[in-house]
Amino acid sequence: MRYLTDRKRAEGLGSSRHGTDHHWQMLVSSILLCVLVPPFIFTFGIGLGGTHEEVIAYFGRPFPAILTALTLIVGINHVKYEAQEAIEDYMGGTAAKLAYIAVGAFAYTLIAAGLFALVKIAL
Amino acid sequence: MVQLTLPKNSRITTGKTWPKPEDATNVRKFQIYRWTPDDGQNPRVDTYFLDMDKCGPMVLDALIKIKNEIDPTLTFRRSCREGICGSCAMNIDGINTLACIYGLDEIKGDVSIYPLPHMPVVKDLIPDLTHFYAQHASIMPWLETKTNRPAKEWKQSIEDRKKLDGLYECVMCASCSTSCPSYWWNGDRYLGPAALLHAYRWIIDSRDEATGERLDELEDPYKLYRCHTIMNCAKTCPKGLNPAKAIAEIKHMMVERSI
Repeated sequence: MRYLTDRKRAEGLGSSRHGTDHHWQMLVSSILLCVLVPPFIFTFGIGLGGTHEEVIAYFGRPFPAILTALTLIVGINHVKYEAQEAIEDYMGGTAAKLAYIAVGAFAYTLIAAGLFALVKIAL
Repeated sequence: MVQLTLPKNSRITTGKTWPKPEDATNVRKFQIYRWTPDDGQNPRVDTYFLDMDKCGPMVLDALIKIKNEIDPTLTFRRSCREGICGSCAMNIDGINTLACIYGLDEIKGDVSIYPLPHMPVVKDLIPDLTHFYAQHASIMPWLETKTNRPAKEWKQSIEDRKKLDGLYECVMCASCSTSCPSYWWNGDRYLGPAALLHAYRWIIDSRDEATGERLDELEDPYKLYRCHTIMNCAKTCPKGLNPAKAIAEIKHMMVERSI
């Protein structure tokens, strides 16, 4: 039991003075995805159905390779921001902090693995 | 933090069914949430029947009639009876609104009345708004100035005054905040649509000189950025205001000063 005034309870630890960066990054990544995803689907679709050599050759070209890399980085980062939002919404305490770290680690691992695979194919 | 089920002591049971009025032809059924802290029982829903030929047109008229003529223990807040004081906010037919300005003819079938959702209940239809009011106080809902007070008055142009329209009309009934899922899950830290609408009302006021400090205080993932533009607030506001737009404007100003 804690004897706190209503005002102290409402103000808590005060403002953390951040949050706008996260909001802005989500806006920017949303806009970038609007630009990146349609050509990515188009180019990825072209690559599908070919032989192994054809696909390797296709992703060896600069435009599909760079587009895929950008979509991968921006897309996974966007998912990371959204997942962090969901954690802030639905979780609390230590579980939230651990989930926050796990989501970040998972996202960066996915980006690294995706880029590694892409580089290996493209080069 | 999210809570998807009610605690055991908050689960609603079937309550008392009061007798129908005699010799009435135009009878309507009212199902009303009841809970008192005095008996240790779970909440219940009592059923009342009213002769609509002898009842006023608004939901508050029906509640007052029930209290006066059937069950004097029914407890609810009310004052102005014209949508100005914001006292009689409750959940009527699934919508958070003011009982005094919500017509019974707007409801089809039985009338169900509950307190504002996801708030501690003091008794029956009275929610505990202590935290809600403290959050409102925390946004400094007053004119904050640094310039010496003018001899006569703080002047404001007609254009700047117009910017307050759609904001100053808020009566702090809490209908919006208690309809917001983000406020349900994080109401301890998220300020909610009502407090943020009031915050924007002072941020946008041309006479106020604490814009930066006000934005500083709001820049927080929980205080402001729990709003996901769900828009329940705008949909439910009994005064027709749009708190979600006010919150979006605050976010816009945050970006403006950062980028």
